[in-house]
Amino acid sequence: MTFVGWFTIAAFAVVLTLFALPLGSYMAKVYTGQRVIFTPIFAGAERFLYRLLRVDRDGGPPAQDWKQYAKSLIVFSLAGWLVLYFILRTQDAPWVPHALNPLGYHSAPWNVTFNVASSFMTNTNWQFYSGETTMSYLSQMVGLTVQNWLSAGVGIVVAVALVRGIIGRSGNSIGNFWQDLVRTVLYVLTPLSVLVALVLASQGVIANLSNYLVVHTITGLQQTIAMGPVASQHSIMLLGTNGGGFFNTNAAHPFENPSQFTNFLEMLSVLIIPAALIFMYGRMTGNRRQGYAIYGVVIFMFLGAASVAYIAEAHGSPAQHAAGLNTHVISGSAGGNMEGKDQRFGIAGSALFDTVTTVTSCGAVNSAIESFTGIGGAVPMANLSASEVIFGGVGTGLYSILLYVLLAVFIGGLMVGRTPEWLGKKLEAREIKLAGLGILITPLAALFCTALATASSAGRKSIAEVALSKAGGNTPQGFSETFYAYLSQANNNGSAFAGYTGFIQPNAGSLGSHGITFADILGGFDMMFARYAPILFALAVAGALAGKRVTPAGLGTMRTDNPTFAVLLIGVIVLVGALTFFPALLLGPIVQGLTGHLY
Amino acid sequence: MKRDVVTSIIGIIVFTVLLGLVYPLAITGISQVAFPGDANGQQIKVGGKLVGSKLIGQNFGTPVLEKNGKVKEVKGVVVTEPDPRYFQTRPSATEGGADNAAASTFSNHGPNSVRTKEADEENIKSYLELNMGPNKQPYDPGLTVAKIPVDAVNTSASGLDPEISKANAWIQAYRVAAVRHLSLATVNGLISKYTSGRGLGFSGEPGVNVLELNLALDRLTGGNG
Repeated sequence: MTFVGWFTIAAFAVVLTLFALPLGSYMAKVYTGQRVIFTPIFAGAERFLYRLLRVDRDGGPPAQDWKQYAKSLIVFSLAGWLVLYFILRTQDAPWVPHALNPLGYHSAPWNVTFNVASSFMTNTNWQFYSGETTMSYLSQMVGLTVQNWLSAGVGIVVAVALVRGIIGRSGNSIGNFWQDLVRTVLYVLTPLSVLVALVLASQGVIANLSNYLVVHTITGLQQTIAMGPVASQHSIMLLGTNGGGFFNTNAAHPFENPSQFTNFLEMLSVLIIPAALIFMYGRMTGNRRQGYAIYGVVIFMFLGAASVAYIAEAHGSPAQHAAGLNTHVISGSAGGNMEGKDQRFGIAGSALFDTVTTVTSCGAVNSAIESFTGIGGAVPMANLSASEVIFGGVGTGLYSILLYVLLAVFIGGLMVGRTPEWLGKKLEAREIKLAGLGILITPLAALFCTALATASSAGRKSIAEVALSKAGGNTPQGFSETFYAYLSQANNNGSAFAGYTGFIQPNAGSLGSHGITFADILGGFDMMFARYAPILFALAVAGALAGKRVTPAGLGTMRTDNPTFAVLLIGVIVLVGALTFFPALLLGPIVQGLTGHLY
Repeated sequence: MKRDVVTSIIGIIVFTVLLGLVYPLAITGISQVAFPGDANGQQIKVGGKLVGSKLIGQNFGTPVLEKNGKVKEVKGVVVTEPDPRYFQTRPSATEGGADNAAASTFSNHGPNSVRTKEADEENIKSYLELNMGPNKQPYDPGLTVAKIPVDAVNTSASGLDPEISKANAWIQAYRVAAVRHLSLATVNGLISKYTSGRGLGFSGEPGVNVLELNLALDRLTGGNG
């Protein structure tokens, strides 16, 4: 460990907070229809889009109750899935211009495409394919980039709708899905994404439609270098916490993350919207301290996770020590576990990046999580086990933690023996049941799929360790690969213990390639179920709260904007996560972390 | 319901055109005009010939020849051995030879895996051999297993890491200086010149760009030491 490593982690938290505060105020204005700096630029486009979408009425798109809102969201997502599936399956169709498929790549098989379409629609970006050897430029742009935007938009609007339900003063309306989506795309995502894409492109993230370069090296070898329109897709995949890399090694690839500076910028891009949404929540409730309390909880848990990962990775791995390597800091090298890490990011920049992307639902990686030490690898898993509440994905993070807040208020109310109240609204059986289901459904999907995949021979075909290790995959590593796969997909994260595969590709371009149907289909359903079930529960909670009358806070009302409540909230999150996932975490990474034994 | 279906279909078409065509083509177009060097991968040319990208690591090895003078191949992949005149990049797990920039990949070696230990041991052996002088003494007199920096032995994430640690470069500098008949100070001066700094003064680790360093050496000694 080095001083500068710790400084990076601390500086990151400070810079993030400083940027997220104003963005939170800005977003609160956007979603309450106030004038913002971009209004003169986008107001015309906004009205035009409403007309195109046929939702323009006098005074804007009509108010929807939660069921109408949910219906629009589901139908729109389904349409997106079908279009994406079609684009990916017709990648080599005769009407595709050669310039947008310069290498003439064939489409991936149906089962892999099922998984990919489900993955990008649900903001997961789990990748059973390798970008530069499978996808045409057309598929990357018109297919995958579009869903990077839209799945992010869908996540954000659910959070906004839930906040509206919580603070609602009149009737059953929680807003209009189309209006929220259009505003998210125009006012929030467009300015940020264009800005980040251009800054990245100026630093070496490539942006072209060229053929792959062929280089004759100075030692007489030949090297082929993959190209592509990377900057545009990379910026939205970070900002929308999508995480699907243009290239196979994602943000570790020098063309996606070329320097020490871009690494910092990219981490900031991932967390900026989830962090801003929390401040937006405080603004919209009319009491900023509501947001500060939640922000305190998540930044505390985030820093804890990043610190553990940094300490573990700086220590080095049992395999390194068995080989006789010195993993201490020496002059000119920061030491540590550099297996699966690039030099420019170092240990701190890698541990922090992968913490940033696993607390959110981003899942981009700049280092190989499978090669992290036992405890270092347990950190991403624990982050996922907390079900996207430590910042979480764009939108998903806020609505998930608000469900936890509801649960914490309820438990707090039980402890003091009063009817629980939250921001002046009485919480009753219906909301608690819905919130409870919303919280538990994701872990349920993750554990069910893991059990199914571990127990069946079809599931074990995907484990790299089965083919490679002497123990035939009966190792903690083999279990970790499987557990991580379904946990990551259920949480719509998309990072991986990348040895786990659902796609066999003997040649670039999908010639002769095939999918592993079991893993592809199970994963696809895992992602969709664990995405839309919690969304429906969150919207139902919004609907249930929207119509409730507000009573003024009394002496006995439990406050939800002070440190006491923050501690209670941390307790509830840790308790639920630990009770659900501790046995599984023990079997995989913790066993590896506690032993120097090699398998 | 019908209204939602109609709006969804229109919505997907409109957004696909805006976000899937207009947006990426605009970003790509602006970048091509404003930052052509960066947008096209920071290509490096020598005498008009493309020799690589500054950002993409390369295999500075030469093909191994069989007894009959043919280039040795295993499963269609050319077998190479590191060229001692050049600084060597980090181990790479890409298929089709090291530093295959058409198919980046992780090694996915686990922390408690026997395979990881074996790979590390193999890489330690090669590193020591490479830096061993003709009189069975290492070029760097202090070089032992415990002195080898981890980045010289552990596989990089991208498989295309363009940089090595300063410690790794300083060890290799002894070899390169001896083979090329340069003073150690000259080589170490070049290392400093091609070392990237931390972002914003604190983010990440400094790294030595191997391709730039090797090209600078060739300019100095005309390509053959």
